[in-house]
Amino acid sequence: MELDSLYQEIILDHYKHPRGHGLLEHPLGSAHHINPTCGDEITVQVSRNSEGGLEIGYEGQGCSISQASASVLTELLTGQSVSQSQAAREAFIDLMHAQGQGEPDEDVLGDAVAFAGVAKFPARVKCALLAWMALQDAEIKAGLLSKGEGS
Amino acid sequence: MLDVQAVKADFPILATTVHGGQRLVYLDSGATSQKPSSVLDAERAYYEQSNAAVHRGAHALAEAATEAFEQARARIAGFVGAQAHDLVFTKNATEGLNLAAYGFSNATAIAQWDPASVDPRFVLKPGDSIVVTEMEHHSNLVPWQEVCRKTGATLRWIPLTDDGRLDLSSLDSIIDETTRVVSVVHQSNILGTVNPVRLIMDRAHGVGAIGVVDACQSVPHMPVNVDDVGADLLAWSGHKMLGPTGIGCLWGTAGVLTSMSPFLSGGSMIELVQMEATTFAAPPQRFEAGTPVVAQAVALAAAVEYLEKLGMVDVAAHEHALAGYALKGLQELQGVRVIGPIDNVDRGSAISFAVGGLHPHDVGQVLDSRGVAVRVGHHCAWPTCRRYGVPSTTRMSPYIYNDESDIDAALAGIVAAQEFFGVK
Repeated sequence: MELDSLYQEIILDHYKHPRGHGLLEHPLGSAHHINPTCGDEITVQVSRNSEGGLEIGYEGQGCSISQASASVLTELLTGQSVSQSQAAREAFIDLMHAQGQGEPDEDVLGDAVAFAGVAKFPARVKCALLAWMALQDAEIKAGLLSKGEGS
Repeated sequence: MLDVQAVKADFPILATTVHGGQRLVYLDSGATSQKPSSVLDAERAYYEQSNAAVHRGAHALAEAATEAFEQARARIAGFVGAQAHDLVFTKNATEGLNLAAYGFSNATAIAQWDPASVDPRFVLKPGDSIVVTEMEHHSNLVPWQEVCRKTGATLRWIPLTDDGRLDLSSLDSIIDETTRVVSVVHQSNILGTVNPVRLIMDRAHGVGAIGVVDACQSVPHMPVNVDDVGADLLAWSGHKMLGPTGIGCLWGTAGVLTSMSPFLSGGSMIELVQMEATTFAAPPQRFEAGTPVVAQAVALAAAVEYLEKLGMVDVAAHEHALAGYALKGLQELQGVRVIGPIDNVDRGSAISFAVGGLHPHDVGQVLDSRGVAVRVGHHCAWPTCRRYGVPSTTRMSPYIYNDESDIDAALAGIVAAQEFFGVK
């Protein structure tokens, strides 16, 4: 098995040097998600900056995939609109369900394209999705997204 | 002494390779064991030669099936020094423990309307306590939490010491006159600790409580005799002891089983059914509603036969030696911390550990890439993980078909993981 296809350099880099780690001072919405099979936890928070773009904070504990995913997501979506966040989430979920056959759009997903190989490891898909699903929940709680709009 | 090479040859799956031709090093027997050919053959032979509905029907096959089923029950009961009529088949150990727990919550519910029909030992009320330990598998924790929610009883637990053992210093105040049930694990699936269950059961009986033991990790790995354990109810599963999935065992003293309310109800568990009411069969049938696990019982009896041929004293000695070898090897590795007893006394061969700077999922992934199968996660013992300040652990759990070369493969894999992630 090719470990390198799972643990891309970009993923390892985000794991070792997480971007935007930490909680927000005045979150509009906050969600705490747990992966019950391994006990990984993450809290993702959102608010809006003065231009209306997203501010994202997170804190958690988990494996390299779940932590790198949170870092990538935060770097990618900070300052973006809710609809851009929604589009990226949908693209990322599609990628995770593509069983390694997905051809991700780097314009939409940025560094998150590095997770394409994760989809070949069913046990790790949940790890990669943890922060993304928590972000969606936080956006709903912040009133930025209605429940029906979720991916 | 076990002849590991000869044992290994009896397990077809151990000859398979994984991830591009690598030797499979199976170190996850705490989760489920592999099966020898004799067990697979027994299940197939039952279906080819004896398959029919048991305990009914007046034809030759029905008689053969019933005989095979009841002989299996006797053989499996004998393995733990018990009588056949005290052994209930369930679908797994979780169901066995739920059966015990529901014995209390059902009796408590029935007592509101028909107190004369239930044994007061099983009727709980606010002020009563149920005692478990902080090292329980969720299967011996959540069912009792549920009983507390239904009855108003309070859950208490025996805490743990820093070195992975039960802290028994306050045993007499934790198990006191309010205690009605004490349910404890014999051998921890996550820490490997072998608990002094006899002492705890004696204390339980001293205050009039009913004692339950989760023996999932003890019956497959060491000689267990129900008289020595001293419990009223003892549950374990078949698939962790070379048997098939889909079968578990619940042994109980005749006095407790005959007093317990049924868990599942329906066919096969009745004595007399009228539209107004039903009376129930004697144990064990009272607790085996529906078509029972016949083929699984026959196969589990073959597993018992296999283990008896090896001898459980030798099985335990083999695992003790492997545990000692693994504990020494793990402690020699930089940055590795064993979660559980590090002295090889009163402990089994399931060993959990944390690798500094690495998440268990990542350790397990690197091991898997090298053909080494271990378990990662909280092992259904989340509170135990929290007690030791880790979100989860990596666990190796060897069995009769493992030898030192398998432990070496795991140790080398841990070093490879440290190198891959640059934490060494």
